[in-house]
Amino acid sequence: MAELGNGKKQASPEEVHPRKAFGWAAKDKSGVLSPFAFSRRNTGADDVTIKILYCGICHSDLHTAKNEWSNAIYPMVPGHEIVGVVTEVGQNVQNFKVGEKVGVGCIVNSCLSCQNCNRDYENYCPRIILTYNSLDVDGTMTYGGYSNMVVVNQHFVIRFPENLPLDKGAPLLCAGITVYSPLKEHGLDVPGKHLGVVGLGGLGHVAVKFGKAFGMKVTVISTSLKKEKEAIERLGADAFLVSSNAEQMQAAMGTMDGIINTVSADHSIAPLAFLLKTHGKMIMVGAPEKPLQLPIFSLILGGKTLAGSCIGGIKATQEMIDFAAKNNITADIELIPISYLNEAMERLTKADVRYRFVIDIGNSLTEA
Amino acid sequence: MENGNNVAASPEEVRRSPAFGWAARDTSGVLSPFTFSRRKNGENDVTIKILYCGICHSDLHSVKNEWQNSVYPIVPGHEIVGVVTEVGGKVDRFKVGDHAGVGCMVNSCRSCHECAGHLENHCPGMIFTYNSTDVDGTVTYGGYSDSVVVEEHFAVRFPAGMPLDRGAPLLCAGITVYSPMKRFGFDVPGKHIGVVGLGGLGHVAVKFGKAFGAKVTVISTSPSKRQEAVERLGADAFLVSKDPDEMKAAWGTMDGIINTVSGNHEVTPLLSLLKTFGQMVMVGAPEKPLEIYAFPLLLGGKSIVGSAIGGMKETQEMIDFAAEHNVTADIELISMDYVNEAMERVAKADVRYRFVIDIGNTLSAT
Repeated sequence: MAELGNGKKQASPEEVHPRKAFGWAAKDKSGVLSPFAFSRRNTGADDVTIKILYCGICHSDLHTAKNEWSNAIYPMVPGHEIVGVVTEVGQNVQNFKVGEKVGVGCIVNSCLSCQNCNRDYENYCPRIILTYNSLDVDGTMTYGGYSNMVVVNQHFVIRFPENLPLDKGAPLLCAGITVYSPLKEHGLDVPGKHLGVVGLGGLGHVAVKFGKAFGMKVTVISTSLKKEKEAIERLGADAFLVSSNAEQMQAAMGTMDGIINTVSADHSIAPLAFLLKTHGKMIMVGAPEKPLQLPIFSLILGGKTLAGSCIGGIKATQEMIDFAAKNNITADIELIPISYLNEAMERLTKADVRYRFVIDIGNSLTEA
Repeated sequence: MENGNNVAASPEEVRRSPAFGWAARDTSGVLSPFTFSRRKNGENDVTIKILYCGICHSDLHSVKNEWQNSVYPIVPGHEIVGVVTEVGGKVDRFKVGDHAGVGCMVNSCRSCHECAGHLENHCPGMIFTYNSTDVDGTVTYGGYSDSVVVEEHFAVRFPAGMPLDRGAPLLCAGITVYSPMKRFGFDVPGKHIGVVGLGGLGHVAVKFGKAFGAKVTVISTSPSKRQEAVERLGADAFLVSKDPDEMKAAWGTMDGIINTVSGNHEVTPLLSLLKTFGQMVMVGAPEKPLEIYAFPLLLGGKSIVGSAIGGMKETQEMIDFAAEHNVTADIELISMDYVNEAMERVAKADVRYRFVIDIGNTLSAT
């Protein structure tokens, strides 16, 4: 067993789990992924075993694979936008049956007993276990969805309604809940309210779709004018602001009830704060590396809020998927074979994708 | 003076009741006697003979032009308490002889969405008690003076029995902390509220917090304030912000934090003190931008919020609450001619915790 820096013993699944599995893993901080044989646990009494059909590529996968957050344990199998079909259920499982289409997002376990878990905020449980690169309760590191199968406690499995496409629905399991949860929590789901969406990428484009489905007026704020046509004509945004255009930004001052800021590059937030109405809120869901510089008057004038948000709880995730199915909300994806994975990661560093890569696991991942 | 091209009319051209106070003439911020005039009492106005005026740190920032917006001469002062000497024909909340106060605002547009929602403090046309251009084109003069004439809507009734001198600072310091504490539910008994900084704002926040039934922890850079905070002000606990062990033991324990510090400081360690969904309210205004790291906000769904005074309805509510619960400021009462020395001490935070000028007894026309 390897010794982790904090004194915990980390078992490799191969030493502890009996079921063979395979996927692609990053072996070092180059982040380059390659075929990798490993193991999964047997289906426990509360578990659901899933044959994976699709897995979305989230930018967090890239950050983690390259150890940009200084917490990488190799080998690492990323992927937390997993969709597949149930192949086995444990004896305590009532809510899922073999053959059902299901999804797994960013969380595979939590303590289920703290105040946050009890209020359906497993995403804020101090003992949260993430779908990959996390130390699970049995001492093994978790491996994610760039693989052929996964075994998950039923509490953390999301049912996919019949009419929700699996490939285009997969990114909702991270990108979707990441924007849906704070929009609901902060009352930015009210028809007629004005929502700003900063950044038009994986998170941003889904935020536009949810905002419109909530009946809101949606303005996209972006650094690139060339995204305007797309934003308005295809995604349905009502307006588009170029953040470097001082006149446009000035004209929009004090007009937005809320802003969801999906940008993870370093950027200036004070000009965005001025777009908010009195008591308006800006929600950060992106994680810029450098600290944001916030002149305090940008919040004090108008009594404004800068809030952070990180994914969402399981109940909210199921609610979000059901809402998406009902309102025909899916991600815009580029479906790729697993062999394209490293190239996709490189394009992702340049934000060269409209707007999420999804790996066609079912049709392209084969045992090496 | 040409009124047609946006130059402020000289008050003496527009107003006709003589007034007397102390003003700063330049960026040195030094104050000295100053004669000027107030408008005649209009039908919606209340005239107040000033008895006391608190010294707010904002007064110091203004007289020294630290916010780059000072128009000299400046008569500061927005924690004004006195006795009503005249009321206009349409005034119904005040009569001659009542005790009344004026805070940071003397006018607003009265028709925008914010004004309609009792948020005059966020009205784009809001007019400050001093150093602002009033609707008649004149510059407003504040409470370091013998009298003030104000629209009834912007005067606050002081209940009988409410001490005037110790109540005066509530008109700025009090409402500045009371408003966000109410807005964010820090007034629910049993909540755990942190108060950062133990000065004019901070000490009043502790008192309101205890009156709300909250558990209050003071966070300060100075260990020397511990005894004061706990034994005299009634705080339940005291953390020295530079002590990593003390701070760590308090991680994730606070529902909210009122941050009154206006010096530049790190906010990341303070965010760690918040529970999931906790909010840190900034009522102090540090000069340098805050450095905000994303993960401490994201992991825990935490917020940083700004707040600036409060509306008039809430200010009245705050004074009534303070009267009922015996919340007053801790003051050092001074004579008018001590004001420059007091300002120097304010700059060094050398006061427990607010200077109040005894206008009624010590301000006299030369």
